[in-house]
Amino acid sequence: MSGILSAYIAFIVALNIIGAFLLIQFTRRIKVGDESHSYKDGELIAGHDVDGIQEMNNPLPRWWLWKFYILIAFGVGYLVMYPGFGSFKGVLNWSSAGQHAQEEEAARAEFGPLFQKWSATPVAELAKDEEAVKAGQRIFLANCATCHGSDAGGNIGFPNLTDNDWLWGGDADTVKTTIHGGRKGNMPAWGKVIGEQGVIEVKNYVLSLSGRKHDADAARAGKKIFATTCVACHGPEGKGMPAMGAPNLTDNTWLFGGTPRAIEETIRNGRAGVMPTWGPILGEEKVHVVAAYVFSLRNQAAQ
Amino acid sequence: MRHEIVEKHLGLMAIIILVVISFGGLAEIVPLLFLDDTTKPVEGMRPYSALELEGRDIYIREGCHVCHTQMIRPLRAETERYGHYTVAGEHVWEHPFLWGSKRTGPDIARVGGRYSDEWHKVHLNNPRDVVPESNMPAFPWLAETELDGEQIGAKMSLFRDKFGVPYTDEQIAKAKEDVQGVHELDALVAYLQSLGKTLPQKR
Repeated sequence: MSGILSAYIAFIVALNIIGAFLLIQFTRRIKVGDESHSYKDGELIAGHDVDGIQEMNNPLPRWWLWKFYILIAFGVGYLVMYPGFGSFKGVLNWSSAGQHAQEEEAARAEFGPLFQKWSATPVAELAKDEEAVKAGQRIFLANCATCHGSDAGGNIGFPNLTDNDWLWGGDADTVKTTIHGGRKGNMPAWGKVIGEQGVIEVKNYVLSLSGRKHDADAARAGKKIFATTCVACHGPEGKGMPAMGAPNLTDNTWLFGGTPRAIEETIRNGRAGVMPTWGPILGEEKVHVVAAYVFSLRNQAAQ
Repeated sequence: MRHEIVEKHLGLMAIIILVVISFGGLAEIVPLLFLDDTTKPVEGMRPYSALELEGRDIYIREGCHVCHTQMIRPLRAETERYGHYTVAGEHVWEHPFLWGSKRTGPDIARVGGRYSDEWHKVHLNNPRDVVPESNMPAFPWLAETELDGEQIGAKMSLFRDKFGVPYTDEQIAKAKEDVQGVHELDALVAYLQSLGKTLPQKR
């Protein structure tokens, strides 16, 4: 803040305080029992005398007057301690950002050692620590539940984390990597490449992979297309490829819906599921704890 | 001066009242017009793209700011959940600002990048599809309406000429082409994904 601006603010603030003081002085000029007039308290307001009923201009009661003086003193004291008088920061050197930094510092002192201990424990190990898993669940509910659901059961387009089926790999460190760096799934749109007939055929083949009801002829034709078009990501047996996030098509678990129509839609128009990058948002320590929570869910499902 | 004079001359009293109450504005508002903190953008900030600016207008039109704030206060409980507290320099190009005053939904000052585009689309179309306990209204018409881009060039010129937002001639010339035929839903998602990314998001 420039000196002129600071002086300008200080001037107005001082003017206010002095003005308030003078105003009180001005209004208390009428004194109780003043002998300059004949009335006992205050003075008669001119013309306010009707049939002997009179309105008086009385001074402020003492306690009220003192309340104003105390408020002025409070204001001066406040300006000494807190910022307000121009660029003067106040003797307490308080600022909202400073207070926030203090809160952060206190939280670090309280929770820092706990997070450090957790960070030093591998995710798989940490998933057995009840306290850490509980903390992880809290972070999960505040950040991840929006997409994955508060029970981590997922939704159409957002994976179920409790079913022990993993797109990008389910070992503890991979789970952490997924949370930390995010993932971008990419199922291309095949509608224009293989044609509408091709889409139907591949759909039937894909249905057959998980033993669902399908048209056998169409599935046979679909298998040929699959062998040239889909195999690169989903593998020759349709078992998927975690390194590319290509799902296993044989397990009847469907991220984008398992109805014949939804499968058709996926083949025709493609899908692009995105897991956001949480590393920069949550920070290393919290990612570690959330990973432990997510990993613990899988363990539960496996039991 | 006697008290009576002030009490009996309303014009005079009005003038004196105006003088007294203007002190607050003179000391608290006027200096903000001259401070770097409140008049200069934070380092690294970029203006909204044409599409994001259209999205912002949809955000205003649908009244999103009535239930969502864009103002993270410097309290740990908030920064822990939403990220770095909001600073004035992030909002110097905001006209009008969309800080809001009531949180029926969460603060979204730093919602950019937190969820996928796909999530935003599903969520705006019907929030309960992804968050069963949500009480947010559905906005299904956004996916059906296309932008015509008729106004966007004029809007960007206005932001540049009146509010000093550094748009280039080239950006303004291309603006209509950029947004024409895009669904309102995509514009709104582009806007949401741009929010609050200038300062570190770490909470």
